[in-house]
Formats: sequence, structure tokens, C-alpha cells
Amino acid sequence: MTPYTATGRPEVRWPAARRALADRPALTLGGILVLLLAATDAVSPGFVTPHQLSTTLLYAAPLGALAAGQTLAMLTGGIDLSVSATATAAAYLIAGLGARGTAQAVAVALALGLAVGMTNGVGIGVCRVQPLIMTLGMAGVLGGALTLASLTFTNGVPVVPDAVHQLGSGTVLGYLPLDTLVWAPLAIALLAGLARSGLGRAIYAVGDNPLACRLAGIRVWQVLLLTYVLGGVLSAIAGILLVGYTNAADLNLATPYLLQSVAAVVIGGTSILGGSGGYGGTILGALILTVLDSLLTILNVSQAGKQMLYGAIVLGLAWIYARAAPAE
Amino acid sequence: MGRHPMPAVNLLEVRGVSKRYGAVVALRSASLTVAAGEVHALLGANGAGKSTLVKILTGVIRPDAGTIEMSGRPVRFASPASAPRAGLAAVFQDPSLVPDLTVRQNLRLTGADPAGVRRWLAAMDLGVDEDDLAGDLPLPLLRILDLARALAREPRLLILDEITAALPADLVERVFHVIRRWRAQGRSVLFISHRLVEVRTICDRATVLRDGADVGTLVLAERAEQQIVALMLGPMAASPEALRPAGPGAGTRPDAAVRDRAGGASAAPLLLEARGLAVSGALRGVSLSLRAGEIVGVAALEGQGQDALFDCLAGNRRADAGEIRVAGRTLAPRTPYDAIRAGVVLVPADRVHALLPQRSVRENIALPLYNRAARWGPIDLRDEGARAGAAIARLAIDTRAQRQVRRMSGGNQQKVVVARWLAAGFRVMLCFDPTRGIDVGTKRQIHRLLRDLAAAGAAVLLFTSELPEIPLVCDRVLALYEGRVVRELPARAADEATLLRVVHGLAREEPPG
Ligand SMILES: Nc1ncnc2c1ncn2[C@@H]1O[C@H](COP(=O)(O)OP(=O)(O)OP(=O)(O)O)[C@@H](O)[C@H]1O
Ligand SMILES: [Mg+2]
Repeated sequence: MTPYTATGRPEVRWPAARRALADRPALTLGGILVLLLAATDAVSPGFVTPHQLSTTLLYAAPLGALAAGQTLAMLTGGIDLSVSATATAAAYLIAGLGARGTAQAVAVALALGLAVGMTNGVGIGVCRVQPLIMTLGMAGVLGGALTLASLTFTNGVPVVPDAVHQLGSGTVLGYLPLDTLVWAPLAIALLAGLARSGLGRAIYAVGDNPLACRLAGIRVWQVLLLTYVLGGVLSAIAGILLVGYTNAADLNLATPYLLQSVAAVVIGGTSILGGSGGYGGTILGALILTVLDSLLTILNVSQAGKQMLYGAIVLGLAWIYARAAPAE
Repeated sequence: MGRHPMPAVNLLEVRGVSKRYGAVVALRSASLTVAAGEVHALLGANGAGKSTLVKILTGVIRPDAGTIEMSGRPVRFASPASAPRAGLAAVFQDPSLVPDLTVRQNLRLTGADPAGVRRWLAAMDLGVDEDDLAGDLPLPLLRILDLARALAREPRLLILDEITAALPADLVERVFHVIRRWRAQGRSVLFISHRLVEVRTICDRATVLRDGADVGTLVLAERAEQQIVALMLGPMAASPEALRPAGPGAGTRPDAAVRDRAGGASAAPLLLEARGLAVSGALRGVSLSLRAGEIVGVAALEGQGQDALFDCLAGNRRADAGEIRVAGRTLAPRTPYDAIRAGVVLVPADRVHALLPQRSVRENIALPLYNRAARWGPIDLRDEGARAGAAIARLAIDTRAQRQVRRMSGGNQQKVVVARWLAAGFRVMLCFDPTRGIDVGTKRQIHRLLRDLAAAGAAVLLFTSELPEIPLVCDRVLALYEGRVVRELPARAADEATLLRVVHGLAREEPPG
């Protein structure tokens, strides 16, 4: 019995698309991933083979780990610009200390991630430095320190331990990359942690409304500290996987991954303002970027061209998500 | 059905407007007319669709169907910017100033005419330091600023979505003064409120929405309140309890047993004591005590130190001097966490401060459960769901839009803030206007809930800007004036006239002691 008239114009198309993106990111992103795979297969017939898919997973794992830390930071409304510097530093430590034993090298690399994360966390959570500034500064310090250190390392013989090299490039059971076996449990822990742990709830809450957290008794600094510590460790893990893959550390090892980590998170639908999104989207974002990267490589697009495209993706998506926010 | 002569052409004519969000129908089919020179009330229970209609009228959202006419001409708003051009301006339900900017910057941001805003503030006998951060202003002042901003646009139709919900009696009076002047100039107001006394005082006619459709328009005569409540609540209103109007004269408590119990409370243990709390510029030595089972009201006009008092007790602000004791133990809270751990929880004045807008109802309610690192491990989802579910049921929260709290209606958001503490547990609840924006039917439920909580051994300190609430729920009431408790009364003696006198600092008495 509703007297509908046709004068009011319903909001169509755009809001519908935004709603689909916002409400069902997994479906939309999964669709995009399949489309990309199909497109790549069309450009380069035979791309979708077990071997190629295995390589895609292999490439995606370090990005996935790096973007995990980025996801956590962005969920709290911050950003971590030191992820790639931390990964590079970890890679350096692995190569530099490799001769003294794998376990020690890995332990030191992880400890570095922890220390970097802790410093970021104290700066952002306790001293209330803007995350952008704090992590940018941290990236600068790490980069400088690496440059200095590289002068000394080149005197010795940097060796990536064989185990790490295997981890970063080997496969088991024919097609399953080993680094995926590192990534998968991390991913499961993160997905579960964000969805059903107290810390997960606190991370979303801090990103959504820090004042509400305070009034509910959550001490925001503790949440931020832990978030950036986790981010630091995850970045170090990414660095270990990466150096295992390349089998050598250089000063710009993880540099291209900084923009990609942000892109993966934003593609995955995590709000740049914090408080909504999740790691599931980021995983798909990382896979999409990896396939896209292969496609662009097949199309002979230069590294500079790729960076431009990734930057444009981040800007475009940020714009779309920002427009989706008001009023509804 | 009105006795008033109807002008040939209405100022505003809304016909069959509907709006749905996915599966949620916010408005089924709403029609409404507002005449020139009329103050028209838009009434309805929480979630009836009032604010949705306001958003449609101001071009914030677009309707799925329906027509809107201003002075007989169809209008269609492409964006919020086009509503003022058609002669419409609104004060939305939640404050719309950016908290991190100063008042001046906010005015500039929205293109408001600062001189006009100042003029209207002066008309209400108020001034604001324009260099203050908007976030530092108390909620009532933010509301008044929003009002002045809308007035400064000089619209033909002014839409006020619960402008009075956070306002104490004196400010309500000033707003009414302005509304009367406005009407005298032949301009119109669409007035939304859950306080029926106000509606009767200021409005000419009322349209009632129920479940997204208009169910009746009536002229506000003497005994209209019962009719309104019946229309608002629909068949549910058959229960006489829900029908009993709140307001002055309704001085009897919901149940007599509660009143009898008040006398025996002196034997109950002291839960909260404050001695000589002082905050420079706000509080000048406030002492109070709450026993288990007690609900103590705080009555005050705007800016008498009530914000500072609640913030100090809740650990959201440190007192310059004074002592707080909870159940006999000294509490010097540095953060709200300390107070919460001691069992003292706060329902803040502005629900926006307490909510996670993008998160679900359940996460909002469960939030305090995770305020310690020891609780950061895996969640017992069943326990969480049970606690949240129980709180939702107890407060009758409308969960149609539960995926994100920001999509819920204002009254339902308010209930979520209260529900949180039901789920987490507490000893002393500091409630700052807990029934703000809650409809008449549910308000009763919340009053009863507070009484039940007290009966179960909690203590409640209740500030309310709606003075008639005090005799309905409280045992005692403290009147705060210029940062001091100037008077303590048994709630039975606290009828509105008496309260008004004491909150104005009249009828002062020496504090006992
Ligand atoms: N963006 C949205 N998505 C989903 N549902 C929505 C959205 N916005 C509003 N709703 C739903 O529309 C209904 C009407 O909400 P509205 O805010 O208009 O109520 P109201 O009459 O103003 O209530 P109150 O008195 O509590 O302020 C509610 O059930 C609400 O959940
Ligand atoms: Mg509303």
C-alpha cells in the first residue's frame, strides 16, 4: 500500500558499486583476481599453470607479510612507512650474520624488527608522535644506518644461510612454495586474531574512536605499542623471506614494497582512516598486486611505470572509499 | 482534522517519501505538511524514521520515492548545498562541528555568516569564545551553536532534530523564545523531540511517524499527549504503563515499593564518596556520598560544574583537590581505566564520544571487556554474545542496522552506550543524561532498569537535563550551582518548580554539616 511515485531518483550504480566493495570485499576482490589471471593468461597463453600459480604465491608471500604489519597500523588509523626499511635491515642482518649460523642470524633479524616496532610504538603510542612522521623518521634512520653498515659488510663475505635461501625460494610437494608455508600460519593467526581476540577488538576500536576506547578503559598506548611491535616483527619476517628469495641483500631490496604494502591494504578495503577492514582483504590485495606485477612485466612495463600505476591505484581507491563514507 | 484554518498552499509538503538501506526500511511512506508560520512537531519512537526524513529534506540523502514541495513547487535536492537555497536549514541530531577546529574555523568551513551567528547567540543571551576548540565546548553549547548557524541562514523552514535533548531547562527556554520570535515572523519550524511537554508548549500541530510511515497529524490541544503516545507506540500502547505521560505532576514513582525502600538505604554500605572535589574554574569543593541501592540525582543549569564533577569521578580528568573513595578505598584515578577497575563507570553526555561508529552493536557493547592486556587473548564468543544479547534485550535495542552503529537511530545509539555497562558490570554508574533522545515508551523502561540496578546493589549518580525525571527515578537530588552543591532534597520533594528554583541558586540553604 505504499504510494510510490517515480519522481524521487534512487541512488544507483555508483553507490551500489561502493556498497558491494564495502560490504563484500572478498567477493569483489576475488572476482578482480580471477579477471586479472584470465587477462594475464590471454596476453601470455599458458600463464595459469600450477607452476606459474606457485610462482605467484612465492612472490606474494613477502608482500603479504609486509602488508600484514601495514594492515595493523592502518586499522588503528596510522600508517607504517618503516616496513620496507625494517625488512631490508633484517635482510642485511641475515646476510651479514649468515656465516655465524642460521638460528642466530634469524634471531637477530627478528629482534631488530621487535626493536624497531617497539620504538615506533613508544613514539606513536606514548609520545603521541604522528605515525606518518614517526615511521618516516624511523625509515630514514634505518636507511642511513644500513648505508653505513653496508660499507663494513662488503669487507666480509655476506652469505645468506642456505636454510633461509630454501625458505625463500624452495617448494615442497612439487608446487607448494616454502615461504607460503610461513605466510599461511601467520595469515591464519592474523585473521583469527583480528576477528576473535581481545587485541583484535581493541585494534579496530582504537582506529574507530580512540576517545571511546579511553572512556571504556582501554589504554590506547598499549594497543598502539603492540600493534607496531607486531608490525616490526612481521616486516622482519618479510625481509627474511625476501633475502631468501634474492639470495643477496642490497640497500633497496624491499624499497618497492613500501608502496605495494599500502596499495595491498587499500585495495583490500581497509579504511585509511582506520577502524574497518581486515587482513583477508589485504591477502587478496597482495595476490592481485602480484598478478598485476606479472602482467605488467609481460607487457614490458618498466619499474617506474609500475610504481606510477600502484600510486595511482592507491589514490584512486582512497578517493572512492572516502566518497563512500559520508552520510550513509 | 485541524481546527486551524489551513492556508491554501503549505510551505512544505512531503508526500509518500520512502527510503531503504538494503533490507532495512528506514521510511516506508512518509507524508507531512508544514504551514507557513507554524511550529510543527515530528514525533515517533526511536527508529521511526524522523532523522531519515530530515536528511532527505536537507539533501543529505536522496529518497527512493516520493515528492517534496516547497510553497507548491516541487524541489529536488542534489546535494546538501541546495537545501538552503530552497529555504531550508537544519540542526541535525548529532553535533556537526569539527572538534579539532576552533569555533571560528568551523564557521568559516561551513560558510556560515559569523555576524549572523553572533547575533543569534546574543538573542539567546549567550556568547562563545570563537577561539575555543569546538571539541572543548560542552554538548549544550555545541547544540546552541548549531542552532545559531542554522538560524543565520535565515531559512523559511527551520528543522530542529532533537535540539533540546541535551539542553537544561534554562537553555530550552531561550531556544523557545527564539522559536516564538521566528514563528511571529511567519516562518516555520519542524520540531523533533521526545519530550512531549515541550511539544505541547511550543508546537501547533504534530505529525506522528510509526515504522517509517505517518500515522496521524493532530492539533496540539490540552490532552493530546495520550493520543500522541498511542499513535507513536501503536498497538503496544495498550498497556496503561506506557501510556502514562511523563512530566510534571506525574510525581509518583513507577512503583510504591521503591519509594519505601529509600528510607532503609542509610544502612547500606557507602559505595562512592567524594570530599571537597575542586577543579579550577569549574568545581569549588563538592562532596557527596552514594550508598548501595541509591539513585542520586544531580540537577543543574548549563555550566555549573556538572561536566567536571562527572569527569573527575570517572577518571577522565584529574581534580585539583579533594578525595574520592569507592567502597571505602581511596581512588585517585589517572585514567578512566582506574575508575572502571574500581567499579565506577560513565555514560557520557555526548554518545558520539563513547561509540565506535563503524563497528557492530555487539563490538560496541563488548568494548570494556577488552580493556586489559590480560583479556587480549582469544575471545569466548559465546560468552560475549550472551552478554551483548542480554543487554540488547534488556534495553530493547532495535538491531535492524546493527552492522554499524552509525547507521542506527540516535535513541538506539544512546541505548548502546548504556548497554555496554550492563554487559561489563559495575558498582557505581555515573549517568550523564542517559535517556537523551530516547522515546517516551523506552524512557520508562530505562527508569525501571536503573531502579532494578539499584535494587540489585548498585549506586547511580544521575545528571539529567530533564528535571521531571528526577522525582521519577531518584532517591535524593543534589542541586549544583556555580561549582558547589547548594542544596540537597529528597526526590519526593523535588517537583519541577522547586528544582527550577534551586538550580537557579535561589532558595539556597546552608549545606548541612
Ligand atoms: N545507513 C543506514 N543503513 C541502514 N539502516 C539505516 C541507515 N540509516 C538509518 N537506518 C535505519 O533507519 C531507521 C530509522 O532511523 P532514524 O535515524 O530515521 O530514526 P529516528 O526516528 O530519528 O529515531 P531516534 O528517535 O532514535 O533518533 C532505523 O531503524 C535505522 O536503523
Ligand atoms: Mg533521530
